[in-house]
Amino acid sequence: MGTALDLLGELVWNHTLRTVGTGAIFLGIVNGVLGSFAVLRKQSLLGDAISHAALPGIALAFLLTGSKSNLSLLLGAAAAGWIGTLFIMSVVKNTRIKYDTALGLVLSVFFGFGLILLTYIQRMPVAAQAGLDTFLFGQAATLLRRDVLTIGILGAGVLAVVLAFWKEFKLLCFDPDFAHSLGFSVRALDILVTTLLVTSIVIGLQTVGVVLMSAMVVAPAAAARQWTDRLGTMVVVSALFGALAGGSGALASSVTAHLPTGPTIVVCLSAIVIVSLLLAPNRGIVWNWARERANRRRIMTDAVLADLYVLAVRHEDPGHGHPISVLRAMSMGHGGVDRSLKLLRQRGLVRKTETVTWSLTPAGLEEARRLAGKGDGEETP
Amino acid sequence: MTAPQIEIQVIAVLVAVSCALPGTFLVLRRMAMMSDAISHAILLGIVLAFFATGDLTSPLLVAAAAMTGVLTVSLVELLNRTGLVREDAAMGLTFPALFSIGVILVARYAGSIHLDTDSVLLGELAFAPFNRLTVWGYDIGPRALYMMAGIAALNVLFIAVFYKELKLATFDPALAAVLGFSPGVLHYASMALVSLTAVGSFDAVGSILVVALMIAPPATAYLLVDRLSHMLALSALLGAAGAVAGYWVAHVLDASIAGSMASMSGLLFVAAYLAAPQRGLVSILLRRARQRLEFAQRMLIVHLYHHEGVPEADRENRVEHLHAHLKWKRSFAERVVFAAGKKGLLERRDGFLALTDDGRNAAREAIAG
Repeated sequence: MGTALDLLGELVWNHTLRTVGTGAIFLGIVNGVLGSFAVLRKQSLLGDAISHAALPGIALAFLLTGSKSNLSLLLGAAAAGWIGTLFIMSVVKNTRIKYDTALGLVLSVFFGFGLILLTYIQRMPVAAQAGLDTFLFGQAATLLRRDVLTIGILGAGVLAVVLAFWKEFKLLCFDPDFAHSLGFSVRALDILVTTLLVTSIVIGLQTVGVVLMSAMVVAPAAAARQWTDRLGTMVVVSALFGALAGGSGALASSVTAHLPTGPTIVVCLSAIVIVSLLLAPNRGIVWNWARERANRRRIMTDAVLADLYVLAVRHEDPGHGHPISVLRAMSMGHGGVDRSLKLLRQRGLVRKTETVTWSLTPAGLEEARRLAGKGDGEETP
Repeated sequence: MTAPQIEIQVIAVLVAVSCALPGTFLVLRRMAMMSDAISHAILLGIVLAFFATGDLTSPLLVAAAAMTGVLTVSLVELLNRTGLVREDAAMGLTFPALFSIGVILVARYAGSIHLDTDSVLLGELAFAPFNRLTVWGYDIGPRALYMMAGIAALNVLFIAVFYKELKLATFDPALAAVLGFSPGVLHYASMALVSLTAVGSFDAVGSILVVALMIAPPATAYLLVDRLSHMLALSALLGAAGAVAGYWVAHVLDASIAGSMASMSGLLFVAAYLAAPQRGLVSILLRRARQRLEFAQRMLIVHLYHHEGVPEADRENRVEHLHAHLKWKRSFAERVVFAAGKKGLLERRDGFLALTDDGRNAAREAIAG
């Protein structure tokens, strides 16, 4: 507890930490929003390809300009990410090679080329090259105020475009054919979304690293999807998840030695995903399990009620009691007869006679008739 | 060439061939990204097994890491089956998580294990000759060479023995199931092989470039040949060529060998993508242009045929008019008229276009379909 409070205090007073936290939270928001579109459009792995493909762009930008200025590296990364995406599209369109192969090809070959450049740069006798390899796994602690400003401005731009084209993007996600028939250029919208995705990925590379940036795109959106069926809510929740994981991961890694930022953020994201998959109402695994259990219980209870009804109808005296062994035999080994009888008795539908047998109450008879009636139309026997 | 140089190249070729063989099936079965997932996730297996055994060269390490790969495949499938996330997202969620835990463990305990976060990504083929295998006191060569030779042999053996089954499961999984092969067993066996290959290649080329060696050569071969057996052989050959070329490029640039091998494999792909007969971009574009011109010629002669002998023919059947009627640019119209004229389908008289007998017949045929 003390350390948590210390961290909070540090956050308020420590300039570096505040910078890092703000930058990472911005990133989380922007990628959470764009990730929602990527996940819904089945392009979860495109982010992986784009971020890996950006590496040679970063290295080339450094080789050409000789500076580690944030903007030139960003431009290089964006250009390379874009070229990678175009190459994927072109290969898929013109050959029989499938999307997944094209993705893996661009991802690994671009990255390999980037590594050649990176190792080449590292062996150059210039002092300025130090720190380029932090782009592999990211280092939040290296974020400067200037970088956060760049992230903020570009991120705000991306979000503004998303807001402006909200309706169009929504249509593109759920019914591109309809969008086309309405006269929207699906191709232009596709290019716009991809450009925004490339932008939101490259602004995160310094913090999260090229290797794991894709998780920043996929995980918040996949987690948010579990909590809601509405796009608007999903985008907001996804942005919140991204901000939460980005902020906490980046801070944890800046205050701890030997804790690379990218992997730390991914672990935070994974925790959010696991909780969402398990606990989200309606879709979550635990929720589903509980619902199935309740359904099974209800069906079993109804079955016992129906069995008693069958017995009551065949007997001259509807109030005649029947031993539990008969009911057990009639349930055909489904079990849980005792529990069902207890539940039915609580609802006042059955009663126990003095001879420890069971019979329907008048209310139970009514309920059983209603249930039986449901099966074959309006008619009640 | 010095002895270590030869040894490095032999290991590089073995790695490339071992990767290209199972990679062929990944590419054909639309599971290429599984190589990405497996090669990342095995890092966690390697690290955990190292903690358990305390020995980086233990064969147990290889087995444990390969099992992690298979576990990853099952985890992705499990997540996929819940229906909560789509298949691509299931993969995009699983392997970054496992890989991240692995990287954090490596970074935290970097002092105590001979792995660091850079070598996780890069591998270090240049160091392979330093780790020697000695039998009864004799130095018989680098350890990596024997391991990769073993893995390559296993890959060849597996594919040779189960060739028919693999072929059927790849091209017609439904028929394979009907015939009584269990595609599940074969699937997991091949995933185990992919994992094993990835573990063996990990030291040499790192986690990301394994993907390049598994996907790029088969993808290139896929553009060049049509038979599975040819594709396997060509993939292995292209992988080996990329490995040797990559080694020398890295030697000249003094850069990462693995990165260079991946780049060379990529270059081979680009070359095939551009220049492959029939499937290459150049021949596709040429074919499209030719088809466009041929189609335009048929349109032209049908147009001329329709207006032949009617009063407005003098106005309609002119090069200048094609722009208005067929929405053709002037230069394109000239090209079409020239090509049709050369074939003897029409004659040109002061801008007026008249069909020849051949042209008239061709037009009738075109109309009749």
